Amino acid sequence: MSYALDQKQLDRIEEILKTDLIDNGVRCVFLIDMAGNIITNLDNGEKQHDIYSLAALAAGNFGAVSAMAKIIGESEFSLLFHKGKKENIHFNKISAEFLLITIFGNDISLGFLRLKVSESVEQLKRIMESLMSAHA
Amino acid sequence: MAFVNLKSKVIQVKIVYYGPGRGGKTTNLEYIYQKFRQRINSEMVTVKTHGDRTLFFDFLPFDIGLINGYNIKIQLYTVPGQVKYNATRRLVLRGVDGVVFVADAMTVRREKNIQSLENLQENLTSYKKGLNTLPWVLQYNKIDLREQGIPLLPVDVLEGDLNREFHAPHFPASAVKGTNVVATLKKIISMTIASIKKEFL
Repeated sequence: MSYALDQKQLDRIEEILKTDLIDNGVRCVFLIDMAGNIITNLDNGEKQHDIYSLAALAAGNFGAVSAMAKIIGESEFSLLFHKGKKENIHFNKISAEFLLITIFGNDISLGFLRLKVSESVEQLKRIMESLMSAHA
Repeated sequence: MAFVNLKSKVIQVKIVYYGPGRGGKTTNLEYIYQKFRQRINSEMVTVKTHGDRTLFFDFLPFDIGLINGYNIKIQLYTVPGQVKYNATRRLVLRGVDGVVFVADAMTVRREKNIQSLENLQENLTSYKKGLNTLPWVLQYNKIDLREQGIPLLPVDVLEGDLNREFHAPHFPASAVKGTNVVATLKKIISMTIASIKKEFL
């Protein structure tokens, strides 16, 4: 099964990510599916990452952690956070098929980031869920 | 689950190299990476254990240019072949668009090939997919070992064991020497693109 997003849907998604996250100091954000495909990615122009490799590893990492959750009797861990010295990565599940990943520095607090991410996720859910039900 | 971006006109396609442990899946990707180094603008990603065995997967993104105005990005993955890593193997198969099954042509690996193909079918079933509908090709690897006198299974035996009910395209190959590595890749890409075209283009 394949699926597609059109220009209008992608523009809307990018607008949400830019307003909620990039404009609030997030360095890089990307929306991926659990197969590791990149749906969209935005950054603040400071740094370029190898986004395709990042997406493949992020999808695998999230899948592995979800499998761990099931083993200990949790249905899922819906968010993940990796802390580095300068860069941090935050993962938030949008639906069974989609994942939002943000890369941010120490100038943003984790609490603020989580708040902004959850606001974006609520809006993205509406766009993405209608997409998946249309293809189910 | 290929993703078609209608705004940037990009299609991302996932192809997974599957097969028994030490069969040559990673070696296939390494050969492709060396051969097409100029066209691949990122590093090959590998998640390995200390013993140099694939722990999670290898990943190689690969641009093949424009088809019908769409930029096709092929994402090549391998799975860990060892039996104990089935949970990670199943994760890598998620959203797969095409499979290369790398069988080990050594006589001593006959059972391992059959078990791995059965395991592939089980794991595909968990995603409501199957070898009757998914594009896939077989590669009978390690044919170069014949020169060293190592007993190999004849192609008709391999075909009987693995491909009798499917009649998928097959290639005798040597991943180490590069024999038929590119032919295998070209075939699976063209079959997978044809299948996506039917849906979208």
